[in-house]
Amino acid sequence: MILSGKALRLPQNDDINTDYIISGRYKFKIQDPLELAKHVMEDLDPKFFEKIQKGDFIVAGRNFGCGSSREQAPMAIKYAGISAVIAKSFARIFYRNAFNLGVPLIECDTDKISEGDKIEVDLEKGILKNATKNIEIKINPLPKTMQTLLADGGLIEHFKKHGGFKL
Amino acid sequence: MSKTIAEKILSQHSGTDAKAGDIVIAEIDYCFGQDGTSGVAIDSFVKLNGKSVYDPDKIAIIIDHSAPSPNEGVSAIHKKIREFAKTFKIHLYDIGCGVCHQLSQEMGHVVPGNLVIGADSHSCTYGAINAFTTGVGSTDFAAVMISGKLWFKVPESIKLVCKGKWPKGVYSKDLILQIIGDLGADGATYLSAEFVGSAIAALSVDARFTISNMAIEMGAKAGIMLADEKTLKWVKAHSKKKFKVVKPDKDAIYKFTKEYDVSKIEPMIAKPHTVDNTCPVSEVVGTEIQQASLGTCTNGRLEDLKIAAKILKGRKVSRDCRMIVAPASKQIFLDAMELGIIKTLIDAGAVFVTPGCGACVGTHNGVPSDGENVISTANRNFKGRMGNRNSFIYLASPATVAASAIEGKITDPRKYL
Repeated sequence: MILSGKALRLPQNDDINTDYIISGRYKFKIQDPLELAKHVMEDLDPKFFEKIQKGDFIVAGRNFGCGSSREQAPMAIKYAGISAVIAKSFARIFYRNAFNLGVPLIECDTDKISEGDKIEVDLEKGILKNATKNIEIKINPLPKTMQTLLADGGLIEHFKKHGGFKL
Repeated sequence: MSKTIAEKILSQHSGTDAKAGDIVIAEIDYCFGQDGTSGVAIDSFVKLNGKSVYDPDKIAIIIDHSAPSPNEGVSAIHKKIREFAKTFKIHLYDIGCGVCHQLSQEMGHVVPGNLVIGADSHSCTYGAINAFTTGVGSTDFAAVMISGKLWFKVPESIKLVCKGKWPKGVYSKDLILQIIGDLGADGATYLSAEFVGSAIAALSVDARFTISNMAIEMGAKAGIMLADEKTLKWVKAHSKKKFKVVKPDKDAIYKFTKEYDVSKIEPMIAKPHTVDNTCPVSEVVGTEIQQASLGTCTNGRLEDLKIAAKILKGRKVSRDCRMIVAPASKQIFLDAMELGIIKTLIDAGAVFVTPGCGACVGTHNGVPSDGENVISTANRNFKGRMGNRNSFIYLASPATVAASAIEGKITDPRKYL
């Protein structure tokens, strides 16, 4: 899978929690994922949704997705048109939820990625190319379980294909 | 091979000789969701072509996060949940029954040795009664409702040894805030934390839940304790289920071990906007507050209300501050009423809302205004958490919250004890 788009950074680097990704104010009353997506990261950057072009990446530091178990967090990211989240590390529940929805999470050193940088990711080869800065960054290899979920298109498709978990 | 509690429970439930790092598919003893996550879980259940559930007695949905409904959007989700629960004959705890993390153990669904998942991040709470319990998302919950199974990566474990004599005015909330401040918001990511030692043994089961509840705030997958006489008495009073307690092997492998001496801990507080941004209360004494919140799955239990009532008895909440109380369950509400705690708190000027999550998740029951400071017994102080990104949340023990409500300023509770 090859992904390309520009890097979007946030006012905060580490510990981007799921309340910031999608506020409880919205996740409770809005069931339509496209409507939910309009409020992605709103409490951190009220104009964030407007900046997104289909295929873009969210780029952050450590512990991305900490906090609540709300699946609406990766759902809002997915339906906002983000192709993948690139961070130094991810919190556990968010990590599961994202792959369950077929949203790739890329773990690597993100210090050399700035707002607006043109990024290309080859998930199979494990290489991230920052075309703007003309550098390559090594990606931590995806665990086999997550590769399988991603290849099947998320947990729902995986479960239907195999009649249960086959990981 | 010597095993940790996590390795033992995941081995027993997957029929394998599981060790840290393994991927297992394990059988789930109990699973549940709440009104913030179950709407999506029901959608996933439909997408998975779910026609039946694996065991209706092992599944519950609790309407607690936004209950009673504050708007038509939430009402639609609640309606969907009620219809689903009726169709598949699963347990439904409707508005006012209480918080999922109180009801799951209070109603006897979780016992020692169990493997439990909840579609809520604070599902680690029942680690306090020697179960491996962890939070997952909605689609995982849906898959469990259908199959009774879930895949797990067997976590490495850490051992947190808590010793020493508890000083006056210092509670389990202060200890867990100290630990989270020390390890950081991702200090235990993917790990199973075992809380052991004489200081844990000295705590009531109510107080132990507070510690396990907040294990997720340092990224942990579970926060488990040993079962002792207090645990057994508590569990037998709440459940008829058979169980077997789980102990770690003597030479089980831990990623790291840390010791905490509670006799050296002061009342602690987490400052805005992260839970690991902790300091002793003494460093922020005098900070004005406009709202004091008592309750939630962290500190809404009978013992918590008792502590607050002891401090507020014969005193008044400051006229510059509102105090909002949400008991963690209907039973706690009733027990507190029997003991006169409710009257004491209302006489002091506190107001009560429906048993449930109260104002914690920012949908209703006390959304702060711009620039306001809130002191709360909850477990999260993220910006916007309580519904307003321009407010500031401090987390502390019920004693610190009650003392602060009296003065309208952050206050060291020891002066009122």
